[in-house]
Amino acid sequence: MLLAILIGFFAALSQLLFGKFMKGKLSILLSLVPLALFIFFVQYIPAIAAGEIVTVKHTWVSSFGVDLDLKLDGLALLFSLMITGIGTLVFIYTSAYLKNHPMLDRFYGYLFIFMAAMLGLVLSDNFLAMFIFWELTSISSFFLIGFNNTNPDSRKSALTALSITGIGGLLFLAGGLLLGEVTGTYQISQMISQNELLVNHSLYVLIVALIFGAAFTKSAQFPFHFWLPGAMKAPTPVSTYLHSATMVKAGIYLLFRLSPVLGNSDFWNNTLLIVGGITMLYAAFHTLFRTDLKGILAYSTIAALGILTFLIGLGTKESFIAAAVFILVHALYKATLFLMTGAIDLYTGTRDVTKLSGLHKVMLPIAIAGGLAAISNAGIPPSIGFIGKDLIYESTLHFKHNAILLTTLAILTNILIGYAGYVAGVKPFLGRTPTGLEKVTFPHPAIWIPPVILGVLGFVFGLFPSLVEASLIKPIVATTGVDTSDIHIKLWHGFNTVLGLSAITIISGIALYFIWKPNATKRYFIQRFDKLSPKFIIETLADWFESFSDLWTRIFQNGYLRNYITVIVVFLISLVAFTLLNNTTYQIDYSSFSKLTIYEVVSLCILILAIGFAVFTKSRLAAVAATGVMGYSICLFFVFYSAPDLAMTQFAIDTLTVILFVLVLYKLPRYLNLSDYKTRIKDGVIAIAFGGLISILALEVLAQPQNNEISAYYAENAYVLAHGKNVVNVILVDFRGIDTMVEISVLAIAAIGVFGLLKLRLKSEERKQQ
Amino acid sequence: MEFLLAIMTGVLYAAGLYMMLRRSLVKLIIGLIIIGNGANLLIFLLGRITKGAPPIIPGDTKFFADIYADPVPQALILTAIVISFGLQSFAIILIKRAYQVVKTDDLDEMNTIEEEV
Repeated sequence: MLLAILIGFFAALSQLLFGKFMKGKLSILLSLVPLALFIFFVQYIPAIAAGEIVTVKHTWVSSFGVDLDLKLDGLALLFSLMITGIGTLVFIYTSAYLKNHPMLDRFYGYLFIFMAAMLGLVLSDNFLAMFIFWELTSISSFFLIGFNNTNPDSRKSALTALSITGIGGLLFLAGGLLLGEVTGTYQISQMISQNELLVNHSLYVLIVALIFGAAFTKSAQFPFHFWLPGAMKAPTPVSTYLHSATMVKAGIYLLFRLSPVLGNSDFWNNTLLIVGGITMLYAAFHTLFRTDLKGILAYSTIAALGILTFLIGLGTKESFIAAAVFILVHALYKATLFLMTGAIDLYTGTRDVTKLSGLHKVMLPIAIAGGLAAISNAGIPPSIGFIGKDLIYESTLHFKHNAILLTTLAILTNILIGYAGYVAGVKPFLGRTPTGLEKVTFPHPAIWIPPVILGVLGFVFGLFPSLVEASLIKPIVATTGVDTSDIHIKLWHGFNTVLGLSAITIISGIALYFIWKPNATKRYFIQRFDKLSPKFIIETLADWFESFSDLWTRIFQNGYLRNYITVIVVFLISLVAFTLLNNTTYQIDYSSFSKLTIYEVVSLCILILAIGFAVFTKSRLAAVAATGVMGYSICLFFVFYSAPDLAMTQFAIDTLTVILFVLVLYKLPRYLNLSDYKTRIKDGVIAIAFGGLISILALEVLAQPQNNEISAYYAENAYVLAHGKNVVNVILVDFRGIDTMVEISVLAIAAIGVFGLLKLRLKSEERKQQ
Repeated sequence: MEFLLAIMTGVLYAAGLYMMLRRSLVKLIIGLIIIGNGANLLIFLLGRITKGAPPIIPGDTKFFADIYADPVPQALILTAIVISFGLQSFAIILIKRAYQVVKTDDLDEMNTIEEEV
């Protein structure tokens, strides 16, 4: 089963190597990969239907608790079948839709990565492994949305989608880690038994909030829904595959999966009910004002996702059955509608619903597919959509609180979704064919066969619900831990309230379709409220954040060395001074210090004068000379305090530096006073504070006892081991000989650098400038 | 004397830092030299100073019989002096080249030139 996941990644990599050969007519052969995977998963149906759960364990990074524990149960199977099945059709469709596209190989590569990541996501039983696949779906989605990378809108949408789902991914990780901390395991199947512990844990609300954040961003729930309509900038196969049938359902999958782990609490259920309820109504209402086919479908997808969240929020057995059926229903009809939209767009060049009509004459199979999908979408018998809608009403009607209110919400949403389905799936094909559209060529088989298959499937499952009942629905509901033996999905329940509500929904939807005609005026009307939309608010926040980081960067990374030094030094001073203020005694034991002699005091005075001169002189040469004097007086201190080697080195080096400086500097212009008075005062204060800090630190260290162990070792062994009497020399050339050798090579490199700079000839351009 | 040397180290650091904060490239290098000297003196001081007892074993013995100056800080400082010479010479030559090309030793002007290119 691990191979099933990895094969997608391998296929993506192979696109790098062999993509060029597969771009042409051979590209349809790539569909064999998802098809093979689909057949692979179909094989498991009998086992899963019998109640088995297939698990495979692969250790990965066990020390962090990250293992590839794969688990195939009903829920995972449904998703795997959708991913590979719809995947196969989308792959076939793409070969015609993006025929001769120069980057077709790249597109397939991304699709493969996405498919593999999605399979990994639904099959992982380990939370952290799931996180990795979760992020991979976001990333591959980013590349697919931004596939038309020359279009700025497309790039912007891709970035929006990535930011929103990316933030969700982080929340997912945070939530998962907390969950792992509380339960002591990252395996979801082991967490289920700890539901009670979790619900009563003090971190429960935080964990649930984080998981909700992840699920709501991924599944485009209000107020994070806005990335989904934007993502419709992607080529239609992507919209079909990622943004209606599979990826956006990952959030729903997560909620479904975690219902037995984190559910059974008011916080969980009520939040889901409220968010799902708002999302479904808000999005369904928005479909009324769209004229772009994909825009209508995007909002109706959000509404459907809202319904699913809402159903999971109900948390009853009936609602889980309804959700399971509705996931399948929605995937079937929405994929069909999107594929149909793509076909219309490809052959007529427009997706504006107000301009499209009468297309049944030129693309009959597409019209059939659209009609079938619209019927399933509206829940008209005998489609599976009818069963799905009935189940929704049953679960709301039988809910313990507010049954009437919840049912009304569901009905309203369904009416609007039904309307959207008619507009998208029926309207373009009916009526008179406008001029210009009569000569549209008949679609390629790879374009019309996939939507027809999906559309027909919606009816096959509707007529024979037993096909999915035992194999998929029961095992899915079983993952929530309830008894499933009494589940029976039927098309016909007899005359009852639910049937009446269904009829009301269908009739109202059709009525709405005839009364309300989408047009540009209505679209402009709703655009006026854009300033209040979550999209606008979040984008404004993002803009603020961007300008803030810009400002922040400009303050700190301003390209002036002295500002960097100032920041570092001031920070250091404040930090060390704070510690010093609290921990020092400022007691200096003068008696331990050596006595002053006259020549020491004189040398000190020379040093002070030299420093003062070096700092304040207006002449560069004088400053260099003063530096030399300073070096010599330090040299004197080395002589006084028993360091003859240092004195000699310092003397030699200081002389050399001064000579070098003078040789170079006489060519340079006069010293200029570049800073104003204020800056100098400010710098002076910082410098004095820093110097004072160093003095205090030195005195503090002097007050501490000294550890002489290392020195004593060298002193004792200098002659015994290294046969040298000058201990400093012995340390440098013997004990630490290799260090000295490296030091010499540093000097050699510096020498080469100096030589190179001196001998370097300027390029002709630079010479002209001189 | 230690007290005065500690103050002296502080003065060297202060002078060095002040020079490093100036806009002139030459002053920056001078500041670097001064702060380097300050650091040497600091290490020397913290290794405790001893008068008239260099860490050289007397001619006919194998060990120190008497008190001696700490050889480890001296070895460190020796290394530091030599390395800083390498750095300084390279920096000085670099100023020269930079001046030949951009005709200024003002760091801010150098910045803008870099941006224009």
